[in-house]
Amino acid sequence: MGFPLEAKTKDLWVFIETQNGKDGAARNVGLELLNPGRRLADGQGGKLVAVVIGDGCDEAVKESVAYGADKVIVLDAPVYNHYTTEAYTAAFVHLIEKDCPTSILMGASNLGRDLGPRVAARVRTGLTADCTALDLDDSGNVAWTRPAFGGNLMATILCPDHRPQIGTCRPGVFKKTEADESRTAEIVKDDYAFPAEDVRVKLLEVITDEAAEKVDLEGAEIIVSGGRGVGGPEGFEPVRALANALGGVTGASRASVDAGWIPHAHQVGQTGKTVGPKLYVACGISGAIQHLAGMSGSDTIVCVNKDADAPIFNVADFGVVGNLFEVLPVLTELVNKNKG
Amino acid sequence: MSRDIKIILLNNRGKSEMNMLVCIKQVPDTTEIKINPETNTLIRDGVPSIVNPFDAYALECAARVKDKNPDSKIVVISMGPEQAKVALKECLSVGGDKAFLVTDRKFGGSDTLATSYILSQAIAKLEETEGKFDLIFCGKQAIDGDTAQVGPEIAEQKDYPQVTYAFEVFAEEEGKVKVKKEVEDGFEMLELPTPAVITVTKPDYEPRYATIKTKMAANKAKIDNLTSEDFEVDATQAGLKGSPTKVKKTFTPPVKSGGIVIKEETNEDSAKKLYEMLADKNII
Repeated sequence: MGFPLEAKTKDLWVFIETQNGKDGAARNVGLELLNPGRRLADGQGGKLVAVVIGDGCDEAVKESVAYGADKVIVLDAPVYNHYTTEAYTAAFVHLIEKDCPTSILMGASNLGRDLGPRVAARVRTGLTADCTALDLDDSGNVAWTRPAFGGNLMATILCPDHRPQIGTCRPGVFKKTEADESRTAEIVKDDYAFPAEDVRVKLLEVITDEAAEKVDLEGAEIIVSGGRGVGGPEGFEPVRALANALGGVTGASRASVDAGWIPHAHQVGQTGKTVGPKLYVACGISGAIQHLAGMSGSDTIVCVNKDADAPIFNVADFGVVGNLFEVLPVLTELVNKNKG
Repeated sequence: MSRDIKIILLNNRGKSEMNMLVCIKQVPDTTEIKINPETNTLIRDGVPSIVNPFDAYALECAARVKDKNPDSKIVVISMGPEQAKVALKECLSVGGDKAFLVTDRKFGGSDTLATSYILSQAIAKLEETEGKFDLIFCGKQAIDGDTAQVGPEIAEQKDYPQVTYAFEVFAEEEGKVKVKKEVEDGFEMLELPTPAVITVTKPDYEPRYATIKTKMAANKAKIDNLTSEDFEVDATQAGLKGSPTKVKKTFTPPVKSGGIVIKEETNEDSAKKLYEMLADKNII
C-alpha cells in the first residue's frame, strides 16, 4: 500500500472507546466527539461515522447512534477485550486502508494518545493532539486549534496533503448532545481479528489504586480543587469536605501536587487532567495558565482566594475574596443543611 | 561451540544488563513564560531552558534500571540546535553515560512524524557503534508541544512494542521487561519483549540530583553531533517539507473579563452570599 493514502470518502470518523467488562458501553469522550464531528462531517459533505472496537460492544453501538452517528463500523472480537496497542492499531489501520475517510477524531485519553500516533505513523499522516477547537478552512481541511507552551499560545494546524487527517481532543472539552434513542443508522460489521498470539505486550495484572479514593476527574460533574493556598496536606480537609457535600471529586493544582500534599491523580491542568464539569470550585489556586488550560471549559467556575489580584478571578464566574479556611466550612454546612 | 559452553556464556552475560537510550528535548520552562500585555505576544527572553521534566523522569527510570543492573549503559540523545548540549550535559550528570546531538538545519521545522523518522534513522546509525538498544525511553510528552506523539511514532518506525504512561520499569530477566503503566482508573502491570519503547509519566519519586563530581565530569564530556551527512535521511520525510502538519497561525488565547466578585464584611457573610447566588441559579 502506497502512502500517503487518498481519501475514498468525504466521511468523518469518530473513534468510540469502549469500557471493558462494563456491558461494552462507550466511554464518554467518543460520544462527546460526535457533537463537533457532526458539524465537520456536514461541512465536508460526508457522513458522520462512529468506529467501535471492542468485545461485546452492542451498547456502544447503540449509544453511538443515539448521539448522532449516521453509520457505525463495528469490530467486535475477543482480542479487543482489553486495549492493546498492537491489536487496536492493526484493526484501525485495516479499516483505514479499506475505506480511507477524510478526517478522524479520537479522544486524547491515555488510550487515544497511545493509539493515535501509532496509527498516524503507520499510514504516514499528520496528527494534531489535544485540540480545543475544530473548524474547516476554505479548502475543506480541518483547522485544528490547540494550546501550546502550556496554554500560553494557541496554534491552528492544518494537514493539507495527507489523508486521513487525524486529531485528538481531551475528554470534557466538547459536550455530548442530547441522546435520541429513536435515531437509526447503518451498521457495518467488519470481521478483522488481529491474531491474539501476535500481541507482544501481555497484561499480567490490573492494579486498582488501593489507598487512593477513585479519582474520576474527567467524568465528574462537580470538582473542588485546592492549590498552594491550602498550605499543606491537612489543608485539603475543608476542600474534600466541600467536594463530598456536593457529591463531587477533589482536584488539585500542580503546585500542591509537586509539594507532595496530594497524589498526581488529582492534578488538573496541562500536565494533569483536562476537565469540563458543571461546577469547578478553585480554592487557594492563583490560576497559572497551566491550570487554566485544564479547567477553563467548566460550565461555572467559582474561586475562593485571599488575593483579589490572582488571575483565577479573570476566569471565575463567582469569585470570593477571602480566607478559604473560613469560607469553605460555612459553605459546606449550608450545602449539607439544604440537601433536603 | 558445544551446547554446554553456550549456556555458560549466556549465564555469564549477566542477569539483565540493558543497553538503554533516552531521548530528551530541551524546552523553555513554560511555567516562566509570560504574555506581554501591550502586544499580546509571548515573552521568551529570559525564559530558562530546561530538560523537559518528563524526559528527566524517563532518564531516572533508566538510571534505576541501571542501579539494579550496574553493567547497563545509558546513552542520551536529543534533536535540536547546538545549544541543546547544555541539556545533554545535565543528563550526563544524573545518570547518562554518553550523549549525542542530532542536529542539522535540514531537520528544522519537523513535526512529530518527521522528528520520529529522523530520530529512528539516527538511532539505527548509533546502534552500529553503541550496540542494539534494548530499551528506548522518552518522556510521555514535552511541556512545550504537549503532543505525546514522538515516542509512539519512534516505536512504529522501528516496529517495536511500546508502553506509554510508564510509571516504573523492572528488568529482571534477559530479553523482557515488566512495566507498571498508569491507566485511567489505576495501574496495569505489563510484560513485553525487548527491544521496546517506553514513555514515562510523572512517577512518585524525584529524579536524582547531580553532585559536584558528576557535574564536573559532565562538563568535560565530549558530545558528538549526528548530522544528515552521518546517517541516511530521506529529504522528503524530514524537516518542514517532510511534515504532514503545518502551523497555519498562532495567537494568544483571549483573556476573559471575570465575573462577580464577592467580598462581604466577614468570610462567613461571603460564604452565605456565594451559596445564595449559586442556589439561585440552580448551580448547587
